[in-house]
Amino acid sequence: MSQIKSLADLRKKREEIKAEMDTRIKAIDPENHVQIKVAMATCGIAAGAKEIMEFFVEQLDRRNIQGVVTQTGCMGYCYAEPTVEITLPGREPVVYGFVDLKRADQIIEKYIKEGELIDGIIPVNYETIDSKE
Amino acid sequence: MGKMMETVRLTIDNKEIEVPKGTTIYKAAKQLGIEIPTLCYLHLDDLNIENKPGGCRICVAEVQGRRNLAPTCSTNCENGMVVKTHTTRVLNARRTVMEFILSDHPTDCLVCPKSGTCELQNMAHLLGIREIPGAEYAEMSKYKPDTSPSIIRDLDKCIMCRRCEMMCNDVQTVGALSAVNRGFMAAVAPAFEQNLEHSTCTYCGQCVAVCPTGALTEVDHTPEVLRALADPTKTVIVQTAPAVRAALGEAFGMAPGTLVTGKMVAALRALGFDYVFDTDFGADLTIMEEGTELLDRIKRHLSGDTTVRLPLLTSCCPGWVNFFEEYFPDLKDVPSSAKSPQQMFGAIAKSYFAEKIKVDRENLVVVSIMPCLAKKYECQREEFSVNGNRDVDYSISTRELAAFIKQANLDLNNLEDEEFDAPLGESTGAGVIFGATGGVIEAACRTAYEMYTGKKLDRIDFTELRGLEGVRSATIDFDGLPLNIGIAHGLGNARKLLDDVRSGKSQFHAIEVMACPGGCIGGGGQPAHHGNSEIIKARAAAIYREDSKKPLRKSHENPFIIKLYEEYLGHPNSEKAHHLLHTRYFDKKKKVIVKQ
Amino acid sequence: MHLLVCGGTGCHASESDAILWNLRDELEAKGLSDKVQVILTGCFGFCEKGPIVKVMPDNTFYVQVKPDDAQAIVEEHIIKGRKITRLLYHDPKTKEPVGDSKHMGFFKKQLRIVLRNCGFINPENIDEYIARDGYEALGQVLSEMTPEQVIEIIKDSGHRGRGGAGFPTGFKWEIARRNKSDEKYVVCNADEGDPGAFMDRSVLEGDPHSVLEAMTICGYSIGASKGLIYVRAEYPLAIHRLQVAIRQAHEYGLLGKNILGTDFSFDISLRLGAGAFVCGEETALIHSMEGHRGEPTIKPPFPAESGYRGKPTNVNNVETFASIPVIILKGAEWYKRIGTEKSKGTKVFALAGKINNVGLIEVPMGTTLREVIFEIGGGIRNGKKFKAVQTGGPSGGCLTEKHLDVPIDFDNLVAAGSMMGSGGMIVMDEDDCMVSVAKYFLDFTVEESCGKCSPCRIGNKRLYELLNHICEGKGNVSDLDRLRNMSLVIKDTSLCGLGQTSPNPVLSTLDNFMDEYIAHVRDKKCPAGKCKDLMEYYIIPENCVGCTACARVCPVNAISGERKEIHYINPEVCIKCGACMEKCKFDAIIIR
Repeated sequence: MSQIKSLADLRKKREEIKAEMDTRIKAIDPENHVQIKVAMATCGIAAGAKEIMEFFVEQLDRRNIQGVVTQTGCMGYCYAEPTVEITLPGREPVVYGFVDLKRADQIIEKYIKEGELIDGIIPVNYETIDSKE
Repeated sequence: MGKMMETVRLTIDNKEIEVPKGTTIYKAAKQLGIEIPTLCYLHLDDLNIENKPGGCRICVAEVQGRRNLAPTCSTNCENGMVVKTHTTRVLNARRTVMEFILSDHPTDCLVCPKSGTCELQNMAHLLGIREIPGAEYAEMSKYKPDTSPSIIRDLDKCIMCRRCEMMCNDVQTVGALSAVNRGFMAAVAPAFEQNLEHSTCTYCGQCVAVCPTGALTEVDHTPEVLRALADPTKTVIVQTAPAVRAALGEAFGMAPGTLVTGKMVAALRALGFDYVFDTDFGADLTIMEEGTELLDRIKRHLSGDTTVRLPLLTSCCPGWVNFFEEYFPDLKDVPSSAKSPQQMFGAIAKSYFAEKIKVDRENLVVVSIMPCLAKKYECQREEFSVNGNRDVDYSISTRELAAFIKQANLDLNNLEDEEFDAPLGESTGAGVIFGATGGVIEAACRTAYEMYTGKKLDRIDFTELRGLEGVRSATIDFDGLPLNIGIAHGLGNARKLLDDVRSGKSQFHAIEVMACPGGCIGGGGQPAHHGNSEIIKARAAAIYREDSKKPLRKSHENPFIIKLYEEYLGHPNSEKAHHLLHTRYFDKKKKVIVKQ
Repeated sequence: MHLLVCGGTGCHASESDAILWNLRDELEAKGLSDKVQVILTGCFGFCEKGPIVKVMPDNTFYVQVKPDDAQAIVEEHIIKGRKITRLLYHDPKTKEPVGDSKHMGFFKKQLRIVLRNCGFINPENIDEYIARDGYEALGQVLSEMTPEQVIEIIKDSGHRGRGGAGFPTGFKWEIARRNKSDEKYVVCNADEGDPGAFMDRSVLEGDPHSVLEAMTICGYSIGASKGLIYVRAEYPLAIHRLQVAIRQAHEYGLLGKNILGTDFSFDISLRLGAGAFVCGEETALIHSMEGHRGEPTIKPPFPAESGYRGKPTNVNNVETFASIPVIILKGAEWYKRIGTEKSKGTKVFALAGKINNVGLIEVPMGTTLREVIFEIGGGIRNGKKFKAVQTGGPSGGCLTEKHLDVPIDFDNLVAAGSMMGSGGMIVMDEDDCMVSVAKYFLDFTVEESCGKCSPCRIGNKRLYELLNHICEGKGNVSDLDRLRNMSLVIKDTSLCGLGQTSPNPVLSTLDNFMDEYIAHVRDKKCPAGKCKDLMEYYIIPENCVGCTACARVCPVNAISGERKEIHYINPEVCIKCGACMEKCKFDAIIIR
């Protein structure tokens, strides 16, 4: 990795990263590209998030679905761990809670493949710094 | 003139006072005559020793505008401060905290060795505590008791004042005691709660000297002494260290610094000792041996012998010996090989004197009265006994002697002065000053000077070697030979000089080290000074007063010393002298610690 | 089209199941099952107005829906496309119905500043942090601002330290800046120890770069070149992610020599704590980092004068640092608009206890306890009655019904008899015995006291014992005075914050639940039925049929009685295990 030598450099780098992410998505299949984020903080892992993450990685591949599975930090929904956020192309992200293997399977089959919501959605109830004027 | 000292003005209990910035409320109050009670605070300003962990929370006071009560021992005065030391809130808090402390303290005062001199007991009395609420269901923190050759630890009585820890670490740098465990089970103990014997403890006894309660006390050897005195087959002789006479009176209500030499002798005789002798005699003998060794090393050094180890380190303090065996075993050939006065006395008593009075050494019991707890350990060292019979059988502290005298219904105040017995009771002023820091090296200089130069000293008092500064140095002119002398008291100060010796930076020819701050007068076996350094200074003054009054003030002028060499030892550092009066040192790091 | 039916505990209790089935039946009947799915969701948090049905994608939000409303929803909304006004949420101020839930204030109760990246980015990928404006604040600080300007922004923002005491962050930095020294240190206190609080861990695990960036900004501001993070060894994942983050920041030149090409250099290393609660106290933390016993010393001197290795040291906690980059980027004016007059910004809380949505939330200061517990937290579990909420970790106080509408900020919580602490919130319901609750918290402080000062070392233990005594039914009325006096003295005389606050649970329960204490000491009863020694299992003669089931299951043969005759429990023998009560099919056994 190259060093960032100035604020301008940093800003350039940021644009590059964003562009790269974009191209990566476009290069694959923009219509069907799914983003899956698994909350992998200690609490999530303790509730089984690792297994769920591995399941998604393995099954997307096996079921021939274009997508990226990443880990992320705690989403705050401790009562509903493990939690997974799914972003379908062109749609708002949806968070599913209490994700066990069965529900993970449903998420792939129903939501990712068919776009049908399934049980276990965690309603988002916060504002972000970007939306806060 | 330097810059003016910044001051602050404040009010304490409606009295105004102006003090230098940085003064604590506790000290400012003291200047006003307000004695705020405390259990953990300890300050010996002349020795640069201060303990203020702010742990006991007895010294709290109300400071206007402050949310909670302030620990006065560790809160600095500020301009305009309004302090109240005895409001209802303060008194209630102080009493409640005291009740807490007492609720975790055994109530066996009747049989506690500290009873009567216990600061906690006094505090309970002062605060008028009459009951400990909830005591019937209060759990006590319990610890395993620990007895070492010198010191008994009964942590059930520890109140976490941390004075011992401060002494052991900050002053002595021995590092044997530190806080262990958390919360309710917190206490001060060796690492891993090992026994003291398996720690780096030097038995200097400074922890015992400052302990406010019965948590740290000495091993009491008076019962054994009493048994020996009662045994008609035994001849029991006693030697008394110089520092004892300068402090024993305090235990009988006399002012610090009162010399009680004659009364002490009378008391010992009344207790039934067959001969009452003086360790000062042993001290004179030490000077002969050590002084000769010093001159020998210097002469060899001057003649170009590079194998000779300089500086010569004094070796009469057993705490100090334990310290360098533990921390500087690589330097164990640097100290003088001369035994301590206690052990020299014992060796002569059980050889020369036993032969003289025709008593087997087995039937001669040698008791020493020492200001020291390490002496208890020293006399138990294997190298100081012959076929299992110790040269010095029992060593008891000044405090133990005081208790012993009281038990025998003797009123020290009203005893007529008596003289030491001959021959081992004869001593010079040089022996006496062993009791104060700088005294050993001063005594050595008095003799070494005359031995080296062959001239008579016209000025006997080497005042440049005296004082309470932790590390001191002076150059003594040996008729053209400038002799560099170093002095340290307190093992932390000794460590500084030793580090220089180890790294080869030391420019001294001789260094005197005393483990206890102030020297033997501040020993771990002396009546508790409770943090008052005036007491230490008064004891030192007494020692020098006794010296100045002695007709003979140089060890080599002691007529019996002269006679002893003529009749028995030959000359200083002779083979026989070496056999009886010299020792060797060990590497304590090598000792194997068996897990208990 | 989707119909989302809230399946949270609160709505579930009010027949959301029936709504779900009715909706499905209606859709089936109308032949719409293929086109419209009915989905059960987690709690919306809006339990007060439950049950909830949300129609997607038009975001219509129906409240207080009854099973009978299913027909209307399908016929009116689904088929005819007309919103049912009577079921819509009505804005309490304007009284107008709100058609789109995006316009409902309710879903803006939380504002994520500290947690802005947690759950969004991959914490082990610095690029994702940079993509979300990461290190932009540092870049601006280093190339466009003087240290004084940075401190001025932080001061102006009104930000107060999130470690518990709420000391203004900017002032703390300013003091550290003013103290001259050849070396200074920035310390991040990540020794999170309050039971149930884990916001610091979440930030470290979810967004470690935000802490690194803020510490570097702090280093520049106070003139330090070394940063230390004191993190508990019990947080292995946080440690791992910090290590990864530090390495990545180094590779990008965002840590180390000449950061971003400027002449400012700063490095950060980790120090692992061994899990003593008291090491969260800054002087104890510093002693622990130096290799000494982790116990506090008296302040002054403050760490800003003489801290780590005797050098000026600025100690802030994780949550404090995590807010800093946002304040720099968005400006003090923006930040100041959030929160109350004296407490600006947001606070993260860990909701725990008898609450439906146990979790980590972040709300603007000034949000009320009611909003947090009943709206975000989804209310009390199993429809029980709210009794108290304990805030501020083990040494906070218990607040009650009457405090529910207090806007949460540093000063209001203290005024109410509790404190902010690190942001733990433990909710208690009618089944909780408040004497036992106080005892529980005392148990923690007794364990975690360092033992240095007598009131905390012994006093807390005695407080615990006395509470235990009371719970065992051995207390008397005068013990309550003693309890209060001991508590006040411990607060008044302890050395550090641990002892100065540890009696809070006792004092606040004495203030708010005196009747429960009285019941324990005078009537020898535990109203919540929690104190074993104060309860008695009793067989109601009228209900007992003499089946002997209870007698057979009793492990200590405390129950006697012939077959088909009334049984009797001998209270002297009974060990109160409750097995008989479980076994009885006739509700004949009660606790009294």
